[in-house]
Amino acid sequence: MSHLLREHAPITEIGWRTIDDEARERLLPGLAGRRLVDFSGPHGWEHSATNLGRVDKVDLSAIEGVEASRRVVLPLVELRARFTISREELRAGDRGAQDIDFQDLDAAAQRIVEAENLAVFHSWPKAGIDGIAERSPHSAIESEGSVERYPAHVARAVELLLRGGIAGPYGLALGREEYTRVVESAEHGGYPLLDHLRKILEGPIVWAPGVSGAIVLSMRGGDFALESGQDLSVGYECHDSDTVTLYLEESFSFHVLTPEAAVAISPLQG
Amino acid sequence: MGFDQYHEPPQELPEETRTFARLCASLTEEAEAIGWYEQRLALERDPEARAVMADAVGEEYKHFCMDFEFLIRRKPKWREIAQGVLFQEGNIVEHGEAAEAAAGESASPNEDPSSGTRVVAGSLGIGSLKEGQ
Repeated sequence: MSHLLREHAPITEIGWRTIDDEARERLLPGLAGRRLVDFSGPHGWEHSATNLGRVDKVDLSAIEGVEASRRVVLPLVELRARFTISREELRAGDRGAQDIDFQDLDAAAQRIVEAENLAVFHSWPKAGIDGIAERSPHSAIESEGSVERYPAHVARAVELLLRGGIAGPYGLALGREEYTRVVESAEHGGYPLLDHLRKILEGPIVWAPGVSGAIVLSMRGGDFALESGQDLSVGYECHDSDTVTLYLEESFSFHVLTPEAAVAISPLQG
Repeated sequence: MGFDQYHEPPQELPEETRTFARLCASLTEEAEAIGWYEQRLALERDPEARAVMADAVGEEYKHFCMDFEFLIRRKPKWREIAQGVLFQEGNIVEHGEAAEAAAGESASPNEDPSSGTRVVAGSLGIGSLKEGQ
């Protein structure tokens, strides 16, 4: 039995399959980091740190004639988002109901998605994670509040990357507001903005809940590393006569290897 | 042509299982092609036609090997058994039995020693969503 303790839950095989399918379905659209950066693993729940290949410069020696230094590693962060499911709903699912109420699971999935995206694209100081925008040495491009100018902003970001020798293709992570406004907009002449942006980037445009504004980044590989310990999983916590409490869980680290391989665009105003 | 490489409803299968099933189907097709070329070569007398077919069957050998390598990279237990059977002198059945017994005592089917990855039961199997990774 794994630490997820799934075997202890009062949930049938059909119930687990339905829960896992629902969780996967709700998680997939928003996991923007995994669409744009390098992913390695999963290396298992026991995997605790990412090797950075570096040591502290402080000499820890306790004995003369012996040099000592400590390895620097990047610890993995554990994320957990709890949710409950009504046992009545689970019983309905076992009978073949197709409209099981997974509202709480869906909300937990969104929280996990935002947390992962926040770590990858911005920063999470308490967890020791400096994300892409935080590490980028480029000043954020001001969006000036107008979505019609977005192709110009994205083209400028791409040119900045090219000037620094950062090859494409390039991807674009758009925050909620930016995504909505880009998708609903057309330029003069009715040409969809989304298509124009795709031509500039030659890479994907992804919906990235948790991202503030937008981020253009190279997708050539080797610049951004998301290392998974345990990949997203559903575990069991407890139950009573009415509900079962479960959780979504993962462990990961994120490491920017080439800070200059990304450019942020500030949030749209108004 | 349909979707008959699936034995279970495809919409209920995880993506990695569908990929695995596609490569299993591909492996079968390559093996069939190798068998067909073997039969054609046994009968064909035109030297030029034989040369063409001999070249073609080489392609099928390569495809079969690539499919097989893909599959065993994803199934550590299968890989371990294959290591005990392939490229060994002596009795094939004995090697098979010994390799199966040895594999049963070691790796979990979800561990992949070649890549260092581990998938626990309960994992949603999402992994990378980056195209081409």
